[in-house]
Amino acid sequence: MRDAFVERLMELAAADPRIMLLTGDLGFGVLVDPTPDGTKPRYAERFPRQYLNVGVAEQNMTGIATGLAMEGRIVFTYSIANFPTLRCLEQVRNDAAYHGANVKVVAIGGGFSYGALGISHHATEDLSIMRSLPDVTVVSPGDVWETQEATSALVETPGTCYLRLDKSVAPPTHADGERFELGRARLIRDGHDLTLIATGGILGEALVAAEDLAMRGIECRVLSMHTIKPFDAEAVVSAARETGGIITIEEHTIHGGLGSAVAEACLDAAALPGAFSRIGLRAGFSSVVGSQQYLRSVYRMDAPAIVRQAETLLGRAT
Amino acid sequence: MGREQISTQELARRIRRHAVEMTSRGGSSHVGAVLSLADIVAVLYGRVLRVRPDEPRWPGRDRFILSKGHAGAGVYAALAETGFFPVEKLRTHYQDGSDLSGHVSHKGIPGVELSTGSLGHGLSVGCGMAYAAKLDGKPHRVFVLLSDGECDEGSNWEAILFAGHHKLDNLVAIIDYNKIQSLDRVSRTLALEPFAEKWQAFGWAVREIDGHDHAALEAALTEIPVEADKPTCVIAHTVKGKGVSFMENTVLWHYRTAKGDELEAALRELEGQP
Repeated sequence: MRDAFVERLMELAAADPRIMLLTGDLGFGVLVDPTPDGTKPRYAERFPRQYLNVGVAEQNMTGIATGLAMEGRIVFTYSIANFPTLRCLEQVRNDAAYHGANVKVVAIGGGFSYGALGISHHATEDLSIMRSLPDVTVVSPGDVWETQEATSALVETPGTCYLRLDKSVAPPTHADGERFELGRARLIRDGHDLTLIATGGILGEALVAAEDLAMRGIECRVLSMHTIKPFDAEAVVSAARETGGIITIEEHTIHGGLGSAVAEACLDAAALPGAFSRIGLRAGFSSVVGSQQYLRSVYRMDAPAIVRQAETLLGRAT
Repeated sequence: MGREQISTQELARRIRRHAVEMTSRGGSSHVGAVLSLADIVAVLYGRVLRVRPDEPRWPGRDRFILSKGHAGAGVYAALAETGFFPVEKLRTHYQDGSDLSGHVSHKGIPGVELSTGSLGHGLSVGCGMAYAAKLDGKPHRVFVLLSDGECDEGSNWEAILFAGHHKLDNLVAIIDYNKIQSLDRVSRTLALEPFAEKWQAFGWAVREIDGHDHAALEAALTEIPVEADKPTCVIAHTVKGKGVSFMENTVLWHYRTAKGDELEAALRELEGQP
């Protein structure tokens, strides 16, 4: 996802000199040429006037981004896991968001992308925290195409935005000529027994689960909820009314993220789903480490867990 | 534009009078902090800042950020007295439904660049503005006014490192160094000294002046940069509560609001000033 983001941002930066990227000293090989002889120029080398490594200082990075944005620039701040969000949350809130500054906060390493590094690098509360900030758009794409389209869309979206990228990517599912729209869920497959709503790269697990469930006679609708705010309540309400139930899937705490947003949308519209379950992190901090795939399995967020949950929900568990 | 019509001494006296009245009317804190910076703000708005009250978003303006947002009443008063908005609006300060919040806010207030109130935010935003001006080859300057206690916040030191490294000689940090913070004297809370040397070590040019001496303030804030390729730090030695004898140099008047006899006594003293 991060490479897809940087590739698209380089295209955008070439066309629009207002675009700037600030990093908190991260992005070796991604933003910065990793070769000793300078043969693979990346964003930093290609756009020196639109790039700034501010050092390991995320509070300052976010304040500087706000100042640059107030002077007419579109500024991306880039770091990993919780550093560009929680570490400088007040700068995001007071400086960027309250002033409507054109600051786009980008975190790579959403969820358990850096699972083996330990809880400092588990970004598992960011969606709920960022979602609660007024005037902040929150985007969590599921595949390469969504990542690229979201990057373009954020440049066009005024104000402060959060883009959460993770290491995993779902396989491509977009149709030729499909138009990406922030705040509008993507219907990836249709079915009437159950709806699976996923956000982020874990969408891939939902797609595998849907395939498996179809072979077991359970037809699922799958929605990619790439935008957490503004939230596509309409797609959720339709799913509640038109299908047998809803399972939400996020590599994130169950508190306040996608599952909560779906539940709120249903209750607000008095559209109770026939069955409802949230798949996400329930265990609190994970002191166990491991790969993204391993931790999904441990915390029952992977495709087999989704299949089991679907069957249980529909009373077909064996 | 009216700003040349009164002296900076008179502007400072009006800022102080407004500050005492506004905090009294609203029952709000921080009058000592406003009295402390009244001369700095008066010299800035009266003599230093290139701003247009009738065109507050003029692109060529100098940017001014009050990072010690709790002294917002002083900036509101300066803006009103120099024609950014009617002086009568000051009466709404801290009242129900007002947009003149206790900590300085930009929404609906012409002339305020940045809303602050949580300490340690202003200098980073100022760095971004100054960096943008450098990129664009624009001559305007960025002034950020901080308190001494505010320098406890680590985020400031991130910004101080950045500005020195990037040679932002269009950036000026002014420290309202009144030596008293929220609960006690600065020296007994978290010592800043040797203070000037810290800034110098981070690549800044430093000037130390009497923060109530208008000629010294004007000289220090006009000759920018003090040294080529260096951001400027003006350490303005001030007295908290300056101008009202019983408010001077006390922790109490960081919080206390003048009412009744105290209010009258404070206003009498301020009327007696030049």
